[in-house]
Amino acid sequence: MDIATDSVGYVTPQKIAFETPLNFVSGATLPRFDLMVETYGELNASRSNAVLVCHALSGHHHVAGFYKDAPDPSKSEGWWDNLIGPGRPLDTRKFFIIGVNNLGGCHGSTGPGTFNPATDKPFGNEFPIVTVPDWVRTQVQLADHFGIESFAAILGGSLGGMQAMQWAIDFPERVRNVLAIAAAPKLSAENIGFNEVARQAIRTDPDFHDGNFYAHGVVPKRGLRLSRMLGHLTYLSDDLMGEKFGRVLKGEDYQFGFEAEFEVESYLRYQGDKFAGYFDANTYLLMTRALDYFDPARAFDDNLSAAFAKSKAKFFIAAFTSDWRFSPARSKEIVRALLANKHDVSFAEIESVEGHDSFLMPIPQYHALLRSTFEGIKV
Amino acid sequence: MSAAYVRPDFDVVTNWVPQGASVLDLGCGDGELLARLKRERGSIGYGVEIEDSAVLACLNRGLNVLQGNIESGLNLFADGAFDVVILSQTLQATRHTEALVREVLRVGKSAIVTLPNFGHWSVRWQLGVGGRMPVSKRLPYQWYDTPNVHFSTITDFDVFCADKGITVERRVALAGGRAITFLPNVRGETAVFQIRK
Repeated sequence: MDIATDSVGYVTPQKIAFETPLNFVSGATLPRFDLMVETYGELNASRSNAVLVCHALSGHHHVAGFYKDAPDPSKSEGWWDNLIGPGRPLDTRKFFIIGVNNLGGCHGSTGPGTFNPATDKPFGNEFPIVTVPDWVRTQVQLADHFGIESFAAILGGSLGGMQAMQWAIDFPERVRNVLAIAAAPKLSAENIGFNEVARQAIRTDPDFHDGNFYAHGVVPKRGLRLSRMLGHLTYLSDDLMGEKFGRVLKGEDYQFGFEAEFEVESYLRYQGDKFAGYFDANTYLLMTRALDYFDPARAFDDNLSAAFAKSKAKFFIAAFTSDWRFSPARSKEIVRALLANKHDVSFAEIESVEGHDSFLMPIPQYHALLRSTFEGIKV
Repeated sequence: MSAAYVRPDFDVVTNWVPQGASVLDLGCGDGELLARLKRERGSIGYGVEIEDSAVLACLNRGLNVLQGNIESGLNLFADGAFDVVILSQTLQATRHTEALVREVLRVGKSAIVTLPNFGHWSVRWQLGVGGRMPVSKRLPYQWYDTPNVHFSTITDFDVFCADKGITVERRVALAGGRAITFLPNVRGETAVFQIRK
C-alpha cells in the first residue's frame, strides 16, 4: 500500500509490565499490570520532548500509523493519525509521542478480559472500578519507565482531555503543556444519564452474565450494539445527521415495518455491529463510570479553581460549536478556573458540524491552532 | 487594521500600563499590543478575539488568547481580575457599548480606551462640506462596509463618562503620532482615555 510521506508509517505496539501493586482510589488493588503502548518519533537525550496522548471512551494505544500484518493494512490507521507524523501538527521530527491503552481497556492492557491467575479465570466483574486519577498514576509509572521526568505536553479529547487536566492537578511538576479538547470539568446529569442507559443496555443483555460472559463463551452483543448506537448519536450533531442522512430511505418507499428503512437506521446498526464485534462490554462499563466519577473539584470543596491552584502547565482548551455532548460552555468552565489562577491559557471555539467527534477531524483552523501550539513548545 | 499600520496609540497605552500589571486586551487582533506589553512591561496578559485568523496569529506569538465575542459579556473573568483592561480601537465597533464599558470596569481596576475621534477637522470637512461620510487612513471604511457602529468625538466620550459616573483619570489626543493639547477635539485623530469606576 502507498503511505503518505507525512505518515508515521508502519508501527508496532509494545506491552510494558509493571510488577508493583497498584492501589486504586476505590480501595481495590491489583498486584501487577500491563500497559500496551505505541511510540512515534525519538526521545531526545534530555528526555524533554515527550508527548502523551490520552484516549477517550473507546480509544487505545494505536494512535497513528498502520499495521503491516493487519488483514487489510490500509484500514489499520490509528485513531488520530491525521494529527501525528513528520510535518503534521504533532510533528514526530520534534516530539517523542506515546499512545497508551488505559488500564481496564480491551486492547492489550490489563483489563476485565485479562486472565486473573488468582482466580484462574478472566477478571470479569472483579476488575476494580478505575478512575481518571488511577489512570494518571499508571501513566506516571509509564513516564518513569521511559525516564521522562516531565512531559512536554499531554493531550487528549473528551475523556482524554480529562486525563490531561488531572495530570496538571495531581502532578504539576511533570507536565509543561496541557491540551484538553472537547472536554468538561465534570459530567452533567444528562451526560451521566446517557452513560447509564448505555450501561443498562449491556447489563440487561442475557449474554452479559453479570460480567462473566467469558466463561459462557458468549458476548453481550445486543447490549454493546445498543450502547454504541446511543453513544454515536450523542457524538454527532443534528445538522450533520441531517446533511449526511436526512430522511433518505434505503428503498423506494415506506415498507410499513420495522426493518432499517431509513439510511440513518442502517448506519447506526452498522456502527453498533462493528463495535460489538471487537469491544469488551466490561471495559465499556468501566470507561463510562470513569467519566461519571471525574470531578477534580470534588476534593476541593467543589472549587475548580482551587483544584488547579498548584498547576504549572500552559493550557490549550478547545471546543467545537456543534458539540452538544461537551459544549463550548463546558470548556469555558475550565478556562474560568484557570484564569482565576492566572495560569497561561488559550481557548478556541472552533466552527464545526461534526459534533463531539469534531476533535478527531482535520478541521483546518483546529489543526492550525494545534500546530502553532506544538511549534511554540520548547523541548 | 494591518500589522504594518503604525499605531501611535500603542505607545501611549504601553506607557500607561504599569510594570508587571495584569492586562486584558479586548479585541486584541493579531496580538501586536499584547506582545509589546509582555515584552516591554512584563505584563501578565490575555487577549480576547473573535476572528479565527487573529486567534491563530496570537497563538503564533505565544500569547494567551481566548476566543469569544466580547459583546456577549466578560463572564470568564472575575470582578477586579485585571489591573488594566484595554479596549484599543474596539469600542466603536461594539453594539452594546454602555453595557460593555460597565463590564470592563467590573473586571478591570482601570481601563484604557482608545477611540477614533469623529470630531477631527477632516471628518467635519468631509461630512459638513463634502456631504460624504468620512474615509481616512484611520477610518478606512466606506459607510456600507464599516465595522464601526458607534462613532464618537473626544467630547462625546467625556460626556458619556460624566453621565455614567465614570472617572476619567487622564486623556490624550493624538495626531501624526504626537499629543495634541490645543483644540484636541478638532485636531486629534485618535484619543486615549484611562477610566475607572
